[in-house]
Amino acid sequence: MIAMLDDFFIRAVLAGIGVAIIAAPLGCFVIWRRMAYFGDATAHASILGVALALSFSTSVFLGALIIALMMAISISVLSGRGYAMDTLLGVMSHSALAVGLVVASLLTGLRIDLMAYLFGDILAVGKDDLFIIICGAAIIAAFIYWRWSALLVSTLNSDLAAAAGVNAKREQLLLNIALAVIVAMAIKIVGILLIAAMLIIPAATVRLFSHTPEQMAIFAAGVGIVSVIGGMNASYQLDLPAGPAIICVAASLFIISNLMRLMTDMHSAR
Amino acid sequence: MTNLVTATNLSVKRGQNILLHEIDLQVRAGEIVTIVGPNGAGKSTLLRTLIGATSFNGTLQLKPGLTIGYVPQKLHLEPSLPLSVRRFLNLPIRQKQKDIHNALEAANATSLIRQQLRDLSGGEFQRVLLARALINKPELLILDEATQGLDHLGADSFYRQIEVVRQTLGCAILMVSHELHVVMAASDRVICLNGHICCEGTPDFVASNPAYQELFGLDSSSALALYRHHHDHNHDHSHSHSHSHIHSHEHEQEHIRNHGHEHSHDHQHPMDSQS
Repeated sequence: MIAMLDDFFIRAVLAGIGVAIIAAPLGCFVIWRRMAYFGDATAHASILGVALALSFSTSVFLGALIIALMMAISISVLSGRGYAMDTLLGVMSHSALAVGLVVASLLTGLRIDLMAYLFGDILAVGKDDLFIIICGAAIIAAFIYWRWSALLVSTLNSDLAAAAGVNAKREQLLLNIALAVIVAMAIKIVGILLIAAMLIIPAATVRLFSHTPEQMAIFAAGVGIVSVIGGMNASYQLDLPAGPAIICVAASLFIISNLMRLMTDMHSAR
Repeated sequence: MTNLVTATNLSVKRGQNILLHEIDLQVRAGEIVTIVGPNGAGKSTLLRTLIGATSFNGTLQLKPGLTIGYVPQKLHLEPSLPLSVRRFLNLPIRQKQKDIHNALEAANATSLIRQQLRDLSGGEFQRVLLARALINKPELLILDEATQGLDHLGADSFYRQIEVVRQTLGCAILMVSHELHVVMAASDRVICLNGHICCEGTPDFVASNPAYQELFGLDSSSALALYRHHHDHNHDHSHSHSHSHIHSHEHEQEHIRNHGHEHSHDHQHPMDSQS
């Protein structure tokens, strides 16, 4: 079993599945709370983390995580104080992106392969990366299980949450932090540009077939896992970039599910 | 009588804006208190303060162990969130099957339990929200413009349901309402709010108070006349519900209605022509 981990392909698939499983429930909240832009903005900002990590020669994951967490926390603290959330996200993510690109350009000694961070480099997942991803996934899964009901009720309405003794603002902060963690983890897998897709597409795919929130999260995890395995295989056999291939499979599943739904609707309407 | 809620010198600020200042408020067991006031008067803020959704200055004392049921204003439902009524009532804490059943029955919503929230009509959803508020058998039921978005028939039947709930549970009710005819007919006490409490007292007292009349721009006679009229009616016809009669008072010309076997509460007429 451990020897299997010496195979880069197996490591890549396991890492992808780890991210897909926790991206599913978080992606559901992203859809329900209409924060699609949050994932994107946090991911873009984490370029700064990547650049800083490289210039201080520390872990890229750590750098990205710190910047993503700073984004998540400042958004939670600042929102509702005169700026809409998307305005704050726009200001902070693009500023961080710009600073990140400037820092990266100053790193003359190093040739950074920016492509690897923009589109992911899942085949380069090492044993330590895999360890981080599995641990991160376990922690976030435990967190989601623990806060699930409170997160759901605050998603519905903050006043209803308050009446039930749940602080919606705090739940929002916790959710933002969890999202920041997954963004930092997914950079290696699908890359900065495609993280939001990894969150949203699986959840959107199963939306029409779900009758409970739990069902939606579990189905979305299934779609995510299928996308990772399918995308990795396509990438291996057709020599495609792995991250984009994973998202392409997810997008195809989204289209297929909608066509299926359309057909059943037409059938029942007849 | 015990006070369920005692607020003293309560103020709420948001940024530079003072939303509420120097509010003194008591709600006693079993009474119906209605808050009226123009848009932006802080009515919802006051209710949200009582349920702990807003920070405030001043003192707010709740009776120890007070159970509060809260029905928010018509709330936006995210259509992408699949949620059945049963699941909704079990959020965030799983409730006893029996409590859920009783609450749905009290809110006349038993048949809705399996439905998805997003498939409910406005009136059905308000009844489900009411059921949710009733699960922990509240001593105080807080309604924030609970009938916003319902038509007059829907609002009427909702308020009738509230009346039934109050009789069975014996809870106090604190509500915000724009429907002045309901306010005037059903409240023990009316609080007229515009950032501060302009006046409060019996419906009669408030309706004749200059502060109230100024706020609502009503010519003083209409609201009161309406109230009186309604009241007289109650007495006149309380023993003869079942006959048919047509009203044609001057301020209800657009609303001539033929009452068949309806109860006397239906004599109230929508105030939309005035408000």
